[in-house]
Amino acid sequence: MNIVVLVKQVPDTWSERTLRSDDNTVDRAAADAVVNEMDEHGVEAALALKEAHGGEVTVVSMGPERTAETIRKALAMGVDKAVHICDDALHGSCAVSTSAALAAAIGTLAYDVVICGTEASDARVGAMGGMLSERLGVPALTSARSIVADGSTVRIERQTDDGYEVVEATTPLVISVIEKINEPRYPSFKGIMAAKKKQLSTLSLADLGIEADSVGLAGATSEVIEFSTAPPRGKGEVVPDDGTGGARIAGFLAAAKII
Amino acid sequence: MACVLVLVDHAGGTPKKATLELLCAARVLGEPAAVVAGAPGTAAALADALAAGGAETIYVAESADMDDYVVAPKVDVLASLIESESPAAVLIAAGVDGKEIAGRLAVRTGSGFLADIVDLDAGGVATQSIFGGSIVVRSRVRAGTPIFAVRPNAFSATDRAGAGTLRTVDVVVGDTSKGARITDRVVEEKGDRPELTEASVVVSGGRGVGSAEQFSLIESLADALGGAVGASRAATDAGWYPHQNQVGQTGVTVSPQLYLAVGISGAIQHRAGMQTSKTIVAINKDAEAPIFELADFGVVGDLFAVVPQLIEEIGKRR
Repeated sequence: MNIVVLVKQVPDTWSERTLRSDDNTVDRAAADAVVNEMDEHGVEAALALKEAHGGEVTVVSMGPERTAETIRKALAMGVDKAVHICDDALHGSCAVSTSAALAAAIGTLAYDVVICGTEASDARVGAMGGMLSERLGVPALTSARSIVADGSTVRIERQTDDGYEVVEATTPLVISVIEKINEPRYPSFKGIMAAKKKQLSTLSLADLGIEADSVGLAGATSEVIEFSTAPPRGKGEVVPDDGTGGARIAGFLAAAKII
Repeated sequence: MACVLVLVDHAGGTPKKATLELLCAARVLGEPAAVVAGAPGTAAALADALAAGGAETIYVAESADMDDYVVAPKVDVLASLIESESPAAVLIAAGVDGKEIAGRLAVRTGSGFLADIVDLDAGGVATQSIFGGSIVVRSRVRAGTPIFAVRPNAFSATDRAGAGTLRTVDVVVGDTSKGARITDRVVEEKGDRPELTEASVVVSGGRGVGSAEQFSLIESLADALGGAVGASRAATDAGWYPHQNQVGQTGVTVSPQLYLAVGISGAIQHRAGMQTSKTIVAINKDAEAPIFELADFGVVGDLFAVVPQLIEEIGKRR
């Protein structure tokens, strides 16, 4: 089973995240860069499928040069090889055109399964699995909290608001995973050393046959007009519990006409 | 005036609250038109409520295939309506299914979409709250038909009724939309509580609750307030409460009238899921917990003393 796993480098949630004032894109310099959390679970899911069914795992990532750090981490975890989509003209791409570039790169690979995280922690769009399904013309098993593959049939438990759905499809297909699915492994020392020797191909837009003006800020299907720091919530009254804490909350809720 | 398509979410023969909010939001941009995509017979039960909620037109797209596959058949319906009706915009509730539908529809129709919007003006400019609620962004779609995935509770439903004219839509579910077949649906935990994303009151428990058994205290408080139960990542990772109840960055985002955080410190991952709540009340034993920076009212104390007293006081005020 050949698997493509997608990872995204994102600004660390624990950093002070903001947008750039010159073009309203994510300010990558302002925050530490980390692997998107759900994508680490995607890498683990890909490696688990390979361990059970054989085959090869290829990581695909799109982003500026620094994205190589994120790719190296996936390789260190045990992924076999990597494709880095890197082109200055991609700067500011919307989710829709990002899906076009990713689909073009995936199309250069032989795959049975494409795995991605259900959403990235920076933009939180949460639609990449579905968008890739549209672009690649294959089914998507989204919001997976478990995966079982049996020959060419793949079955997942799809997390819903009140439980789960059992969903199945035939390969080739796309899976998006949530973080509940597994515990990602840590790269071993051996894995980190081996990662340095693994194949990392870099693809430009020209390599993918994508016009530069159809992606990036120029080709974005949506645009940020302006942004501002959210006004701080007015800090309310905080009182120590002197034995009437519960009653005081009830009083507050009654005054606010909530009860 | 151009119509604005609203994809209807429904359960038990009634439209969900989020759908009625979308019908109201739709009027900002045009004439609200509800789209019912479901098994045969679905629309008849919903029509009166959708008309009362403001739908001028109700598109009835019924097919036995509709509920058997993950979202793609609904994308087929919306894409064909975009083609035939040239709507000013499409509004979809920003849940897991809604975001997937919005993304697919954008690719399918060469459109742009904005996820998790909390406001919308007549010029089609949408407001989003990003990075854990720390940044407010105003954006617009500049390709195709604007598609907006709207956060539940962002708009209020109104009682302005619409004509509710029923129009049947021919449904053609393409073979590629039949790829992901749903073979079973399992409800794990539901009870009589409202759905987390649309509840007016959410009571959430965190690390301080201490065990799965002790989450019954959080449930009792939620029931006293007619609310839903949420949990922090720490509580769901510990297995004290189901993952689908997790509020925060990797869980659901809620925006209720009242958010009551019990034994939750308020790390950024949690705040990302609740910061746009109207009123926030916190109970925590640590006076330095960051949740108090957001709270409109907070009590520093032992939740096992404060919560039972609060439940008793709510009972007295009934």
